[in-house]
Amino acid sequence: MTIASLIDTPSELTDSASSKSAIVLMTRIRLARNLSGQPFPGWAKPAQREKILEACRAAVTATPVMKRGLAVTVGELGELEKRILVERHLISRELGGSKQGSGVVISRDQAISVMINEEDHLRIQLMRAGFQLRKAWAAIDDLDSTLEETLDFAFLPDLGYLTACPTNLGTAMRASAMMHLPALVIANQMEKVVRAVNQLGMVVRGLFGEGSDASGSIFQISNQTTLGESEEEILKRLSGVLQSIIEHEMNARARLLEADAGKLFDKIGRAFGILQNGHVLSSSEAMNLLSLIRLGVDLGVFPDAKRSVTDRLFIEAQPGHLQHSQKGEFEPGQRDLLRAERLRSEFANFGRPDFTLSANGNN
Amino acid sequence: MANPLKCDICSKPATVHLTQILDNKVHKVDLCEECAQAKGVTDPSGFSLADLLLKASLNPDTSGGIRCEQCGFSPNDFKKLGRFGCPACYGAFKGLLDPMLDGMHKGTVHSGKVPRRALERKSLYDRLTKLEVDLGEAIKAERYEDAARCRDEISQVRQAVDQKQLR
Repeated sequence: MTIASLIDTPSELTDSASSKSAIVLMTRIRLARNLSGQPFPGWAKPAQREKILEACRAAVTATPVMKRGLAVTVGELGELEKRILVERHLISRELGGSKQGSGVVISRDQAISVMINEEDHLRIQLMRAGFQLRKAWAAIDDLDSTLEETLDFAFLPDLGYLTACPTNLGTAMRASAMMHLPALVIANQMEKVVRAVNQLGMVVRGLFGEGSDASGSIFQISNQTTLGESEEEILKRLSGVLQSIIEHEMNARARLLEADAGKLFDKIGRAFGILQNGHVLSSSEAMNLLSLIRLGVDLGVFPDAKRSVTDRLFIEAQPGHLQHSQKGEFEPGQRDLLRAERLRSEFANFGRPDFTLSANGNN
Repeated sequence: MANPLKCDICSKPATVHLTQILDNKVHKVDLCEECAQAKGVTDPSGFSLADLLLKASLNPDTSGGIRCEQCGFSPNDFKKLGRFGCPACYGAFKGLLDPMLDGMHKGTVHSGKVPRRALERKSLYDRLTKLEVDLGEAIKAERYEDAARCRDEISQVRQAVDQKQLR
């Protein structure tokens, strides 16, 4: 598989949206693993990094799920390709900027990516559309056990899996859900939610992880701690938190409709108007407008089938994907013109909003 | 303000000042914009990192001149990088680690997945190494019955290793 064919192939993230993923767009679990007796990537010498990369790459590409996937070193990737992989959550920005001796193996369906020599020797990540913590865990646990047959992982009975940073010790597992929470944002309740979630030992981040903003009202909620609880316990706790955020979002939607449906429909209608007719759109404005359209789908203003269109556009409106589809590199100003053009053409045939359905369309 | 505060990590002028009260003690960290971002301190949940840096700097004498035998890493390197050098560092810098772990996680003892097959493999290899040493010693001391027993056990362990690899 080549990077070009991967980019043009539908992915778990962009093409499996259904009503099941109304609020939780995607579930993601990542495991950090290191080889015993080898220096961590940040401390290893170039020759050691190369050796570790080779060993890990051989083990990963030999597993049945990764066999026919894409295996590349960071050096083989162009800037635009890196950006696209970051936008698809298949590599981290950190890996994209790393030195020699790093790489990634991505499964054919783009549901699994294994980064090699990022912060740890292995960062195994698995994505599932919708709210699927349990299934995601079963699948990644399986892959991890397969890798364990050929790789000796650094592990101590009391500290668990050893990681470069002690904040990841223990299970070395980070489980997260990507949530679309427009009503909580509109009702100004996100800050309260973030505080409550933090108190429960979970972290809230923007769409693209640490330091990114929450444009499009999309948030990632994940566990903060990794030592002292089993994987199942962490997932159970996270699941409970997610469930209660879903409830809060649903309540906020109901309240917005009850208090002032006209105002909410106005937002959705205007978003539709701008997407159909706008000529200059930054990625963050595009995200916010698409978020309102997605909320419209959830409320029954647009047909259910259109949810996957908004989810695809969330990704395709990002700078890397936009430039890839336009086959060139463009200045941000130009990109905003191109993005608006792209969205105009997508929304020309989107179908008009129907605001009469909304009373019974609530999921 | 004659002395502008410097970043605890990179010594650039510090713009982010974090004060936390932990166990009735005031802890302060000063960071420049970049390091604060990089370490996630601006993120409300990033507190544990500040905590970590602090405790590391407050306990300099516990592991002053120690270096990790395996990779040459020193506590100073940890202060700079916020990460360890290799898995063996966890043993070498136990004194530095223990106060850090306190409060960083839900608990201080792992409960969760264990790489069972890898551990089995390791214990077999360890056993093999020990038996080979025993065998050598037995031969040297002309304890031929012991030597024969060692040899039999070695071939059993080898078989077990081969079976594991076949799977």
